[in-house]
Amino acid sequence: MATTTVPKQIGARVRRKEDPRLITGASTYTDDLKLPGMAYCTVLRSPHAHARIASIDTSGAEATKGVLRVVTGRDVQEAIGGLPVAHKIEGLLEPPHRVLAIDEVRYVGDGVAAVVAEDPSTARDALERIEVEYEELEAVVDVEKAAAGGPFVHEELGTNVAFTFPFEAGDVDGAFQDAPVVLRQRIVNQRQIPFAVEPRAVAARFDRGHRKLEIWSSTQIPHLLRTQLSVMLGIPEHSVRVIAPEVGGGFGSKLNVYAEEALVGHLARELGRPVKWTATRTEGFQATIHGRDQLADVEIAASEDGVLHGMRVKLLQDLGAYHQLLTPVIPTLTVLMLPGAYRLRNLQVELKGVFTDKTPTDAYRGAGRPEANFIIERVLDLIADATGIDPIEVRRRNFFPADAFPADTCTGLTYDSGNYQAAVDLLLETVDYDALRREQAQRRERGELMGIGVACYVEICGLGPSAALPAGGWEACTLEVRRTGRVVVKTGVSPHGQGEETTFSQIVADALGVGLNDVEIAHGDTDYVPEGIGTFGSRAQAVGGAALSMALEDVRDKSRKIAGHLLEADPEDVVFDEGKLHIRGAPDRAVGFQDVVTAAYMADDLPEGVEPGLASTRFFEPSNFTFPFGVHLCVVDIDPDTGEPSIRRYVAVDDCGNVINPMIVDGQIHGGVAQAIAQSLYEQAVYDADGQLVTGSLMDYAVPRASYLPSYELRRTTTPTPVNPLGAKGVGEAGTIAGNPCVMNAVVDAVSHLGIRHVDMPATPEKLWRIITERD
Amino acid sequence: MLPSAFDYVVPDSLEEAVRALTEGPDARALAGGQSLLPLLKLRLARPARLVDLRRLDGLRYVRKVDGGVAVGGLTPHAEVAGSTLLVGGGRALAEAAAAIGDVQVRNRGTFGGSLAHADPSADLPAAVLALEATLLAHGPDGEREIRAGDFFLGPFATALRPGELLVGARMEIPEGSRGAYVKLRHKASGFALVGVAAVLEMDGSTCRRARLTVTGTGGRPLRLEETEEALAGLSLEDGRAVREACSGAGEVLEDVHDDLHGSAEYRRAMTSVMATRAVLRAVG
Repeated sequence: MATTTVPKQIGARVRRKEDPRLITGASTYTDDLKLPGMAYCTVLRSPHAHARIASIDTSGAEATKGVLRVVTGRDVQEAIGGLPVAHKIEGLLEPPHRVLAIDEVRYVGDGVAAVVAEDPSTARDALERIEVEYEELEAVVDVEKAAAGGPFVHEELGTNVAFTFPFEAGDVDGAFQDAPVVLRQRIVNQRQIPFAVEPRAVAARFDRGHRKLEIWSSTQIPHLLRTQLSVMLGIPEHSVRVIAPEVGGGFGSKLNVYAEEALVGHLARELGRPVKWTATRTEGFQATIHGRDQLADVEIAASEDGVLHGMRVKLLQDLGAYHQLLTPVIPTLTVLMLPGAYRLRNLQVELKGVFTDKTPTDAYRGAGRPEANFIIERVLDLIADATGIDPIEVRRRNFFPADAFPADTCTGLTYDSGNYQAAVDLLLETVDYDALRREQAQRRERGELMGIGVACYVEICGLGPSAALPAGGWEACTLEVRRTGRVVVKTGVSPHGQGEETTFSQIVADALGVGLNDVEIAHGDTDYVPEGIGTFGSRAQAVGGAALSMALEDVRDKSRKIAGHLLEADPEDVVFDEGKLHIRGAPDRAVGFQDVVTAAYMADDLPEGVEPGLASTRFFEPSNFTFPFGVHLCVVDIDPDTGEPSIRRYVAVDDCGNVINPMIVDGQIHGGVAQAIAQSLYEQAVYDADGQLVTGSLMDYAVPRASYLPSYELRRTTTPTPVNPLGAKGVGEAGTIAGNPCVMNAVVDAVSHLGIRHVDMPATPEKLWRIITERD
Repeated sequence: MLPSAFDYVVPDSLEEAVRALTEGPDARALAGGQSLLPLLKLRLARPARLVDLRRLDGLRYVRKVDGGVAVGGLTPHAEVAGSTLLVGGGRALAEAAAAIGDVQVRNRGTFGGSLAHADPSADLPAAVLALEATLLAHGPDGEREIRAGDFFLGPFATALRPGELLVGARMEIPEGSRGAYVKLRHKASGFALVGVAAVLEMDGSTCRRARLTVTGTGGRPLRLEETEEALAGLSLEDGRAVREACSGAGEVLEDVHDDLHGSAEYRRAMTSVMATRAVLRAVG
C-alpha cells in the first residue's frame, strides 16, 4: 500500500494493544454480562445417539420455584425457523434442522428442551425434572456403513449420503496405465473437537418499545449472524443488533449459527426479560461443531523419477447428524486443494458427504485444507519411499516452478504467487539436513528411533472472491477521522485472538502519520460497524485489511486536497509525514494533519468541490484467493520401550506475503503448529458403537499442554500477493495445514526401517509401541 | 456445571469436623477439592452436606518423627513434593506428589484428600504402599491406625469408616534406602496409565530388600512381589540385570484395565518398563 515515507509501523514487532485488558481480566466476555432482570437458560440434551421421543413431560420443571419458562421443539417450531446451511452444492439433501429436536434425536447432545429460570442453579435443577421417554433407535456410527445403506439418520431421506461431489481433471486412466509406480493407501483425518478456552455463550435483550433484539454472542461472524437471526426469528434485519464482545478463541467453531443463538433471542422476546445461556464444558464437547473426520482411499500413479502423474481419491466426509452453516462445504475445499504445491494434472475424486448420528462437523482451523495437505504430503512421502528418492528431492521434482505463477491447478484454482524452491532453500540453510540423516543412521544402529519429517503446503487464504463463497467474500471498512484527529476504524472482521486492533492500527499509523494510540479499531457490533462478513479463512488482513487500505487511500486523497488548498500547492505534490503534510522536497512548507482535520470539519475554507468531513466506507472484493505456502521440518524421537513420541526440533519456513506484525505472525504459526501436533499425536474424538462420545471431557480428550510442545524455529520468505493492496496473504491456518503431515512424516520415517509406510493419527504411544514390538 | 444444593459447614476443630460428618446422612469432607469439585459440578456426587476442612491448620505438616517422617492429611502435594525430609526411600513419596496433575492441582490438592479418594490411577497410593506407611484415621471413636496395605480396598473404596477422616500418615525411611516414582502419564488427564513406586533398602550397590508397587493398572495399587523377590540380592548397578528382574512385573497382574486409554497388554508391558525405570532412577 502506498505510504510516502518509509513504513515505521508495518513490519515492526509491535506489542498487542489488546493484551493489557485481556491479561488483567479487564475485558468483558459474553458470560460476564449481567443485565437488569436477567434470567438464565439451560438446555436439556439427548443422552442417546438416535431415539424417538415418545413423550416429554415438562410439568415438574414448570412447577419448580423460580422457573419462568420451559419449551420443547414443538413449542417453538412456529416462532423459530430452521438452522441455516450456506452452500452452492448441487442436489444437496437438506433435512430440517430445528433449534430443538422434534420427535427424534440424532446425536448425543441434540437439544430437546430449554428452561429459563431466575438463576442458573434453578435452571440447571429444573432440567432434571423434565421427563423424556425415549424409544431408542439403532445408531448410525460408522461412516462407511452409513454410506453403504441403512439405518438412516434421517429416515425420510432414504439415504445417509447428503451429497456426492464428483471431480475429474486430465486423463486419469491414462496416467495409471503403464505407470511404473502405483500405490494405494487409506488416509484418515480423525475427528477433532475444537477447544476454545471460552465456551460458547449467548445473551439477548428485547426492547419492546422499539421491537428490537440485541444479541451478545461469542461469535466470529456478527454480521452474518444478524442476517440469519433476522430470518429465523422473523425480525426485520435493522431491528437485530449482534454484539460479539471479547471472543476467547474460535478456530472455526464460532463461525456458525447455533440453535442457542436463536433460542435465547426468542426466549428474551417472549419473556420480555434478558436471557443468557453459557455452554458447559460438556456442551462444548457435545453440542459445538467438530472438525475433520474424513476417510480417504488414495491411489497414486508415479514414475520412477518420483513424479506424481495421477491420483484417484475416494473421500468420505462424516457430516454428523445435521448440516451446520458450512458443513457440506468443508470437504469441497479438500478436493480443491488436493494438488498442493505440485503440478498434478490428472485427478479423480469421488467425494461423499454422509450423515451419522454424531455431532455435526464444520470448519475447524484449516477447514478442509489440512485434510488435503495431509493426503498430498503423505502421498509425496509414499512416492519417495517407493522410488528411493529423498523426500525433499521428490518435492522439488513436482513443484510448480517459480516462473509458473500465476499457476493454474487441475482443480481450477489459480495460485496467485509463489516460490516453493526458495522456501526449501531457506529450510536447508537453516537445517543441516544431511547431518540429520547421518545421525538417524547412527541411531538406528543403536536401536534408537529417530524420524525426520518434511512437509510443504499451499493453502487458500483471503476468503475470498464472492463468486466462490456461499455467503459473500468481500469485506467492509469504515474509516472516520474525528475532529480531534483521532481515528476510528470500523471493521467487519471481528477478531477472536488475531490482534487486528494492533495490526490495523499499524496500517493506519503508517498511512496517516498518526500514533498507534490515536487509532481505535472498532469491531464486533453490528449497530456500530455497518457491514462485514467476519473472521475466518485467514482473511482478516488480506480482505479486511485491504478494505481498510482503500478507505485510507480515500482519506489520504482528500487530506492532500485540503492540505494543497491550505498550502496553495498542487495536491499531487503533497506528501504525508509524521503528523504533518508537506510539499514534496520542501518539508518546511507543511500543515499539521490536525490542521487538515480541523479544516475538514470547520468547513469554512475547503477547496471547491470538497465535502466537509474526513471519512470513508469501502468494500473490498478480492479478485482471487491468496495462496500462502511454505515448508516445515521436524525431528521426532520415539521411546522404544513405551512408544512415546517426542518432537525434538521443529523448523517452519512460511511465506504469507507481506507481514504487518512479525510477532503476531509468529504467534499464529506457533498456535497453528500446536493444533497440528495436537491432531498428529494427541487429539481424537471417539464414539462407541452406540454413538456415545467417550472422549467427552478433558479427562479423556487430550488437548496438549504447553509442556508437550517443542520450541519452534521460524523462518520466512516473502512473496507478496498481487490480489490485494497490502500484499498480505493470511497466516491463521498455515501451521495447522503444514504441521500434520510434517509430524506424521517424521513418525513414519522413524519406523520406516521396520517396514512401516503409514501410521494413522493420532500416533499414540500404544500404537507406536505395537508397531515396534510386533516388528522386533 | 452447577452442583445440586448442599449444606456447607466449616468446622474449627477436628472434633467438630467429625461431628459434622456424622450428624446427618450423605456428608462429604472437602479438603483441596481437586477431585470432589468436578464430581459435584457434573452432579456425579450429590452430598447433602459439605464439611470444609480448610480451618484445620494443624493437619498441614511434613515432620520428622521417631524413625521416619509424618505427613499431615491437609498438606498440599506441592509441600510434600518439596519437603527436604523426604530423602532416601522417602523420595518415592516426594516424586509421586510432584507427579500429580499440574501446579494448581499440587497447590490445592491434599495428601489426605488424594489417599481417601482412592482413585485407582492416583499417584500417592503407590508411594504410601511402597513405604509401608501407617495411615492415621480420626473418627467418632477417636484415632486409629491402618496399614497402607489394608487401606485401599478397590476403586474409590478404602478402609475408612463413616465419619472418619484421614488425618495423616507415618512412614519409616530405612537408613541408606533409596526411592523413586515414575509413571506413564495419560495425556489427557495426567493420571498414571501405569505408575511404579520403588523403595529399595541397599547394602552398597546390592539390593537387600525391594518394595515395588504399581498404580493405574487395576482397581487399587498393588505390590509387585515377584519383582521384589527378583531384585533382592541383586547388584543394581547392572542395568541389564535390573531390566531382567523387572521384565515379568506386569505379566503376573490380574484384572488389568483394558480401555480406551490403554489395553491390558500395553499396561502390563509398561508395568515392567516403569518398574525398571523406577529402580534405576532410585539408585541412579
